[in-house]
Amino acid sequence: MSTQTASQIVARCEALYDDLRFSAARDWKEAEPGRKVIAYMPVYIPRELIHAAGMLPLGIMGGGDSLEVIHGDAYYQSYICRIPRSTIELGVSGRLDFVDGMLFPSICDVIRNLSGMWKMLFPDVYVKYFDVPQTYIDEIGGTFYTGEMRELLHDLEKIAGRKITDDDIRASIEVYNENRKVVNELYALRAQAPWKAPASEAYLVLRAGLLLPVEEHTQLVRDYVAAASAEERPIKDNSRVILTGMFCEQPPLNLIKSLELSGCYIVDDDFVLISRWLLGDVPTDGDPVHNLSQAFLHKAMSTAAKYEPDQEEKGQFLVRAVRDTGAEGVIFASTSFCDPALLDRPILQNVLKRADIPFIAFKYAENSGQMQPIREQAGTFVDSIKLWSAA
Amino acid sequence: MNTKILKAQPADVLKDASMIKQKEMMAKHYDRLTNAPTSGAKVASTFVPGNLNELIMCFDLVNNLPEVNAIQSGLRKQSGAYIMEAERAGHSEDVCTYVKSDIGMMLKGNIGPNGKKLPNPDVLLLSYTGCFTFLKWFELLREQYKCPTIFLQTPYMADGKVTPNMIQYMVKQLKDTVIPTLEEVSGVKFDIDRLREYLKKSAQAEDDLVYILQTGKNKPSPIDAYFGGIYYIGPIFGAFRGTDDAIDYYRFLREEVDERLAKGLGPVTPDGPMAEEKYRLVVEGPPNYTSFRQFWKMFYDEGATVVASSYTKVGGTYDYGFRHDPDKPLESLAEYCLGVYTNRSLPMRIDMLTDYIKEYEADGLLINSIKSCNSFSAGQLLIMREVEKRTGKPAAFIETDLVDPRYFSAANVKNRLESYFQMVEQKRSGKGVAA
Ligand code: SF4
Ligand code: SF4
Repeated sequence: MSTQTASQIVARCEALYDDLRFSAARDWKEAEPGRKVIAYMPVYIPRELIHAAGMLPLGIMGGGDSLEVIHGDAYYQSYICRIPRSTIELGVSGRLDFVDGMLFPSICDVIRNLSGMWKMLFPDVYVKYFDVPQTYIDEIGGTFYTGEMRELLHDLEKIAGRKITDDDIRASIEVYNENRKVVNELYALRAQAPWKAPASEAYLVLRAGLLLPVEEHTQLVRDYVAAASAEERPIKDNSRVILTGMFCEQPPLNLIKSLELSGCYIVDDDFVLISRWLLGDVPTDGDPVHNLSQAFLHKAMSTAAKYEPDQEEKGQFLVRAVRDTGAEGVIFASTSFCDPALLDRPILQNVLKRADIPFIAFKYAENSGQMQPIREQAGTFVDSIKLWSAA
Repeated sequence: MNTKILKAQPADVLKDASMIKQKEMMAKHYDRLTNAPTSGAKVASTFVPGNLNELIMCFDLVNNLPEVNAIQSGLRKQSGAYIMEAERAGHSEDVCTYVKSDIGMMLKGNIGPNGKKLPNPDVLLLSYTGCFTFLKWFELLREQYKCPTIFLQTPYMADGKVTPNMIQYMVKQLKDTVIPTLEEVSGVKFDIDRLREYLKKSAQAEDDLVYILQTGKNKPSPIDAYFGGIYYIGPIFGAFRGTDDAIDYYRFLREEVDERLAKGLGPVTPDGPMAEEKYRLVVEGPPNYTSFRQFWKMFYDEGATVVASSYTKVGGTYDYGFRHDPDKPLESLAEYCLGVYTNRSLPMRIDMLTDYIKEYEADGLLINSIKSCNSFSAGQLLIMREVEKRTGKPAAFIETDLVDPRYFSAANVKNRLESYFQMVEQKRSGKGVAA
């Protein structure tokens, strides 16, 4: 049990978040000869497989608002979101020179094409576009996905220079089950007592999970939940909202803080979705790759980057989240030029309209600086929610 | 509904028999579509990349292609109003304008190019091939039309190869979900021999298409493989692959092209035959449709012919050897989808464009980057630099949109093109060789 206060833990997470040279991951790698780091982008990768190979999975979510993009803009037109250009910047500026492999999950055509660019730019690094099924029938999508995971395992074995056994994978699943459990506890605390675990803090705690070894992160989250639960903080007259659309390019920290300052308790969100992608524990008995596949197909988050085969189910995840967290409204915050988020938005908004759930929408980029309009919009939203609930 | 195909007689072959034929085919097709409510024909909507026309025909379904409708709206200068309509209805200004043109058209009553209402689809065949936006597009349409939606995922060719896992995945989807649902929707039993017949016809037309596209290697090229090419790919990319109509069309076209070739003539433009071929270009990216003629004119006025383009490969990379194969019908449909241009990795695209420049002896690469299209556009600046490096030929970059007139700035495009042609001239004189 840590003796650190919540703010001390958050300060450590913020330092990790600010460190765009990824020193924690570099140190981990240097601590023992032969260690490997495999980076990945949003939205989901079965990190268990990387962990089972004895490697460090490292989450890359762009460069945020502090990275000066010097080279990246030469690779992208103005009408493409910012995360690929800041990620290229991280690459060409040498900030990722310690990374042994880079995985690009199937999320959209920008990340898809970035996988090919990475191959061209960094020919010595292992690069894989990680395709996932968008059909969720066991014998179809399941078989394909198992095949994709086996290919990845095969590649990882080559890099690691050793076999990855089923027991290795089972042990890793257990470790990640534990991590998901504590992350879910953190979200439960936020839903229950958002004044104790503000979103801006919880976000940093989650982000640390992209950079640290999972065991260390699990302990960190546990410590934070314990410390935050124990501390008394003043309750504000805020409205409970859910934030959605931030599953890829991340908002600047300041944006989350601004929403809180304008009177929002953010009780659920889709930041760093990988940490909660699989719902519940993945079984550790039987074929571990099959278990991961089953979890992906049948017990996973919904997001705009996924196809929803059932029209009736479309958008219901959001309605359920509102009910489960007692939220009073939804904020659609989408990355500028993000086709998945922005094309999905009208469908989700129609679902909310039918469920009588109020919402607002705005766009952002990871380096958005001007928070005043967002603050005003959110403030007005909060006021109107209060009026509705008073009426 | 089974189409009775009226075969045009070879005796009809005049200079522009192919154009007449194509016009007839399109008119007949749109009539079939708009008459569907009275004829009782059922309609399947689907996409150009990953278009399973032969399969659709096996179930007597009429193929409706929202992308082609958006192109038609663009050419007829209606897309601007449709896009605004979709934006008023809550769609973001940032997203693909094909989707918004389609949705705006729907909101305004879905009037087709023949002035009649297009029917609601009976089924959406979501062939998720080469573009993520397709997923969302049909989720949006499904919400409105509330019809069955069939999903077919084409894995991305990220490593430049087709793996057995990919083919098995696709064939399994075809067998277990796509075909049974098409049977259910249409009430027609699947007959694999009928599919084989169509595939055989597809391959025949594909041979001619490849022949025609490859005449671009001649000097002068008898075709424009981008602006003219868009007409040439129409039947095979659309609702005619696998039909006798398509076979006839490509035969006529081949004869016309051969005739021009024999006479040493260049391509036919809207202002008549092109006078002199001064520049030979390879173009990457879709064209702009709202100012299509104006855009084309900027090329032929300067004597620039596009000898090869990547856009004419979005509905199949036949010039790389692929043919629909009646001996392995479902695998062949899978391979077709896997190979389309937008499903190819960035390194594969670079290789292809580099090969084109060399094989077609082009002066360089021009990229028309489309604001709408992440699938094409993300990464094009790297493509440009890499192709330039590998070929030593100058490349240039222009930015427009497919069907949103707000993003076509004629003056900017013209300026860019003019300085590009100057660059080509300089490069030639610098090297002291005439192309
Ligand atoms: S922000 Fe959206 S468009 Fe950009 S890479 Fe992420 S998912 Fe793709
Ligand atoms: S994003 Fe590109 S490929 Fe996809 S629908 Fe739009 S224009 Fe077509």
